[in-house]
Amino acid sequence: MALLSFERRYRVRGGTLVGGDLFDFWFGPFYVGFFGVTTIFFAVVGTALLLWGAALGPTWNPWLINIAPPPIEYGLGFAPLREGGIWQLVTVCALGAFFSWALRQAEIARKLGMGYHIAFAYGVAVFAYFTLVVIRPVMLGAWGHAFPYGIFSHLDWVSNVGYQYLHFHYNPAHMIAVSFFFTTTLALALHGGLILSATNPQKGETVKGAEYEDTFFRDHIGYSIGALGIHRLGLLLALSAGFFSAVCIIISGPYWTKGWPEWWGWWLNLPIWS
Amino acid sequence: MSGLKQTALGMVAFFILLMVVFWFEPTRTTQLGFDGVGMQVTDTVERMEDRAAGNVPPPALPLTKSGDLSVNAYKNVQVLGHLSTGEFVGMMNSITAWVSPQQGCAYCHVDGDLASDALYTKVVSRRMLQMTMHINEDLKSHVKETGVTCWTCHRGEPVPRYIWHEEAPQDVLAASLGYNAEQNRFNGDNGTSLPRTAFEQFLLGDTSIRVQTNTALPGENHSSIKQTEWTYSLMMHFSRSLGVNCTYCHNSRAWENWSESPATRATAWHGIRMVRHLNNEWLAPLTDVFPPNRLGPNGDGPKLNCATCHQGAYKPLMGKSMLPDFPPLARAMPQPPRTAPAAPAPASPAAGGP
Repeated sequence: MALLSFERRYRVRGGTLVGGDLFDFWFGPFYVGFFGVTTIFFAVVGTALLLWGAALGPTWNPWLINIAPPPIEYGLGFAPLREGGIWQLVTVCALGAFFSWALRQAEIARKLGMGYHIAFAYGVAVFAYFTLVVIRPVMLGAWGHAFPYGIFSHLDWVSNVGYQYLHFHYNPAHMIAVSFFFTTTLALALHGGLILSATNPQKGETVKGAEYEDTFFRDHIGYSIGALGIHRLGLLLALSAGFFSAVCIIISGPYWTKGWPEWWGWWLNLPIWS
Repeated sequence: MSGLKQTALGMVAFFILLMVVFWFEPTRTTQLGFDGVGMQVTDTVERMEDRAAGNVPPPALPLTKSGDLSVNAYKNVQVLGHLSTGEFVGMMNSITAWVSPQQGCAYCHVDGDLASDALYTKVVSRRMLQMTMHINEDLKSHVKETGVTCWTCHRGEPVPRYIWHEEAPQDVLAASLGYNAEQNRFNGDNGTSLPRTAFEQFLLGDTSIRVQTNTALPGENHSSIKQTEWTYSLMMHFSRSLGVNCTYCHNSRAWENWSESPATRATAWHGIRMVRHLNNEWLAPLTDVFPPNRLGPNGDGPKLNCATCHQGAYKPLMGKSMLPDFPPLARAMPQPPRTAPAAPAPASPAAGGP
């Protein structure tokens, strides 16, 4: 990757969060930093643990490899390595790597004098994972409530946990999250379509600018959110999707243990008709 | 940061704090399947304690072996004639405590003529006594050695709290304006708007419960939406009646697969057949015995479903068996021939009867 003309000017020391000058350098195109080192460390250890767990298991079929969390009976304690202990260590490594990665994003943004939007956006995804493997299991009192690390096994977890609440589509936060996911893809498709349509004019026409893009949507739906606004909207929609996903699973168990269809009894019990 | 932003953030933080602190309820979980695949039943500690406290068998009255055979001591004894009068009176007093504690003996017996079958309740209770013995003796595939007693369903009420009647057909005029297909209204039994006719299909009739496709591609599956909703309506009834979720009996990655299902699914399979058998062979024949006020809108008598015994517990009375205290209910016994002329009944208010 070629070095852009302005990059050399910004490749200066300073602005680190931790570690001072120790890892404040670049490796090829990559900024290293303290958190780059911790990311590599946790990622390598975590992957090695996963491979170890797979080696202890009955199969090397990538679909079927499964690193299960401890049985519920171990509660929030440490489990023997073969009974979920590996899962616990992998989770520590995963969180270490994910948090390091977010902080590395923040560090790079600091050096460049940018906002922390990227670190924040990535942080919402980490928050969703943290919710699944730490917050909810702690609230329910056992690490065994977290999902297993395996392609098929984690799908089994998703299915069965959904059916613990009889019909998960009735979970109100799940409804909101799904709506945000769909709206995110709609907004991205409309935005991508708009940019490509403006930059691929009809034969003999010149490439169109922002005023054409705005006019299209003003003619079409009476309003154009604008070149900056669409990215604000996209970020909001995408982060909301992840955030409400975390909400929908955190309320399932700690705040509601019955079927989600039954939750809607409040509608039938509204004072207007009950 | 602007004041508006601060206010908004403050409100969100306050809401989250409220939720975390006030709405959180401690839970307890029972694992049902392999580690980490989410096969488990979770419930709040409070609800579990309430359920345990609300499903305790009443203290057992002793059945003392004393006196003559009741077939000789009393008139018109058809089921418990092989018991001594001591055991018989103990049994009668227990049944009164289980079924009609407010109404007393007179709920089934004509005052002054305890042998009379004039009250319909006496005829029904004799049949129910036989049914209890039949369940405990012949239907162990579902009730195991735990068995049932009158208390399992009655819990101190003459009419068990959880019974059902066939759903009344929609009024013709109303149906012409919008046929409800016996659904899309609140189904109080399971808290959904699923069809209200599922019991007729599965617990009276033997409609196929299997609507899912077992292959990766749909193939030849001709199950209708209505059939599917019947199945789901029954399954929601299971959940509500037993206080469990789908994973209590199924691994949801392959619902139909017996080898991946918990053993509880086989118990439930036998339970469906047991209830169907009891509704058809034991309760339906009593329809003519019941007075009109005990019949449903279609003129059918009361019937059983899962909730009748389970009442919110995955095992009725949390699996506590009452049979060791009441061995006469464990099996039907051949009735000894009457060998003595009827002696005057002892002066016990509860004597006489079935």
